[in-house]
Amino acid sequence: MSRKAWSQLGQQLFFVGPATFFFMIIVGIPFLMGMYYSFTDWNGVAGTVAWIGLDNFKAIFSSDSDYFAAFWFTVKFTAVGVVLTNVLGFVIAYVLTKPLKMRNALRTIFFMPNVIGGLLLGFIWQFIFVKGFATLGELTGWSFFNLPWLGDETTGFWGIVIVFVWQTAGYLMVIYIAALTNVPKDIMEAAEIDGASRMQVLRNVIMPLVMPAVTVCLFLAISWSFKMFDLNLSLTKGGPFKSTESVALNIYLEAFQNNRYGLGAAKAFIFFVIVALITLIQVRITKSKEVEA
Amino acid sequence: MKKLSRNYSGKTFIVEIVMILMGLLFLVPFYFLLVNSVKSFGDLLSNAASWPTTFEWGNYQRAWEITEFPKAFMNSLVITVVSILLIALISSMAAYRMVRHNSRFNKVLFMIFVAAMVIPFQSVMIPLVKVTGWLDLANTRTGLIICYLGFGAPLSIFLFHGFIKSVPLEVEEAAVVDGCTPYSVYWKIVFPLLKPMLVTVIILNSLWIWNDYLLPSLMLQSDALHTIPIATFALFGQYTKQWDLALPALTLGILPIIIFFLAMQKYIIEGITAGSVKG
Repeated sequence: MSRKAWSQLGQQLFFVGPATFFFMIIVGIPFLMGMYYSFTDWNGVAGTVAWIGLDNFKAIFSSDSDYFAAFWFTVKFTAVGVVLTNVLGFVIAYVLTKPLKMRNALRTIFFMPNVIGGLLLGFIWQFIFVKGFATLGELTGWSFFNLPWLGDETTGFWGIVIVFVWQTAGYLMVIYIAALTNVPKDIMEAAEIDGASRMQVLRNVIMPLVMPAVTVCLFLAISWSFKMFDLNLSLTKGGPFKSTESVALNIYLEAFQNNRYGLGAAKAFIFFVIVALITLIQVRITKSKEVEA
Repeated sequence: MKKLSRNYSGKTFIVEIVMILMGLLFLVPFYFLLVNSVKSFGDLLSNAASWPTTFEWGNYQRAWEITEFPKAFMNSLVITVVSILLIALISSMAAYRMVRHNSRFNKVLFMIFVAAMVIPFQSVMIPLVKVTGWLDLANTRTGLIICYLGFGAPLSIFLFHGFIKSVPLEVEEAAVVDGCTPYSVYWKIVFPLLKPMLVTVIILNSLWIWNDYLLPSLMLQSDALHTIPIATFALFGQYTKQWDLALPALTLGILPIIIFFLAMQKYIIEGITAGSVKG
């Protein structure tokens, strides 16, 4: 090899080598191993790992109603969560681009919950749902507060939704604010002079121009809610009776609580395929709807 | 002209009031957390919404001792800081080479990094426990940091890749003419130019790593290595429903990141905006 080729190889190894190496041992190889393990009966205690073909998948599809319940829960949660966080994030962003006196302080407040991790947030809200709401119920007499919060399926579901929206709306707000401030002033003024009402400007001028931000925000919200784990673990632990168990939590419990690593790997593989499909479809759809300013 | 409506009108005032009320609503959880963290257990049970009748600062002392807060804080800090610096370094290096030497191999490699962003953590974690066991990475801070390098690389490389494409080549060419090696070109010329994206990458990764629970809980078994989220989780497992202990522990747990946020707010907001435009 010539000196130049050696120099190129050296640079390649020096610059790209470290990141590639760590990525491969931590993500690449385990990911491929996970596919292999999904066809085995591995129980985590090393020793015997036997190839059992499609048995794990057959078991999941024929008899594992918990897994499908978890999927259904996750799909419902994603649908509700994505809509609410985006609507709230957008509305707050829209209002906070108006010349309000407290604008900056309000932006800080709405974003703040987001910097705290889901695990700690879940614990904080557990207290609020259980003790805080009970007190508010006594003080106000509103039946809303006297529901058995986190104690049954419905309140468990909406409890997680409330905390999720509280946590993530601020993040989406930041992205929407950036997009809204980038909408050219002269276009909006031109529309107003032409007699467009505020709602018409919003719908026909602003919305098409912020579609790229909508893409990003939908993408983020779907990804967060579909893979939700920390909040679920600390707020309800999937209970009562597994009624609020997300897919991510179901996989975790299957592997590390029931010690069925092979079955857990199979569930994780199905999860990956669905996440990948959703991502592809979503990027496709939203990219086609973007408009250039 | 409609221009007048842009000024501060009565309507804007009403909107402002509504938004302030909503802001207060967003702050209510923090109120509950703070006032109840200094109540006695009986006081807390009888009325969770009232102002404390007595201030039990001893709650904080107990929480501080039981969670071994200084230790958990230092573990979180060391793991986060070392991880984000190394991620920023190796990802920017890889992205730089991939942009400037766009060979077929590097194209495929970049595609793999981008595609890997879709992989959910759950699809990696089960075999990861085995791999880290083989490599003797389990139950060490170094091992956890190495995991973060692997998980953090794809998004960070993606962000740097997009940014470096917009950095003009001329400066680098001039430096080469002046006798710089490729390595010193990167370190002396390119790396300083990456500062805006560096801020973004560091902010996004630090929020993620500081708050991460699942990966450290799988990697770190020994008590001495507990991070803040793990210590909090352990506390909840051990002292169920002891809110006079849990709430001060939670307050301590969120305090560092809240202070960090309030101090670095400008950069965090910028970082998220820049990161999302590319993401």
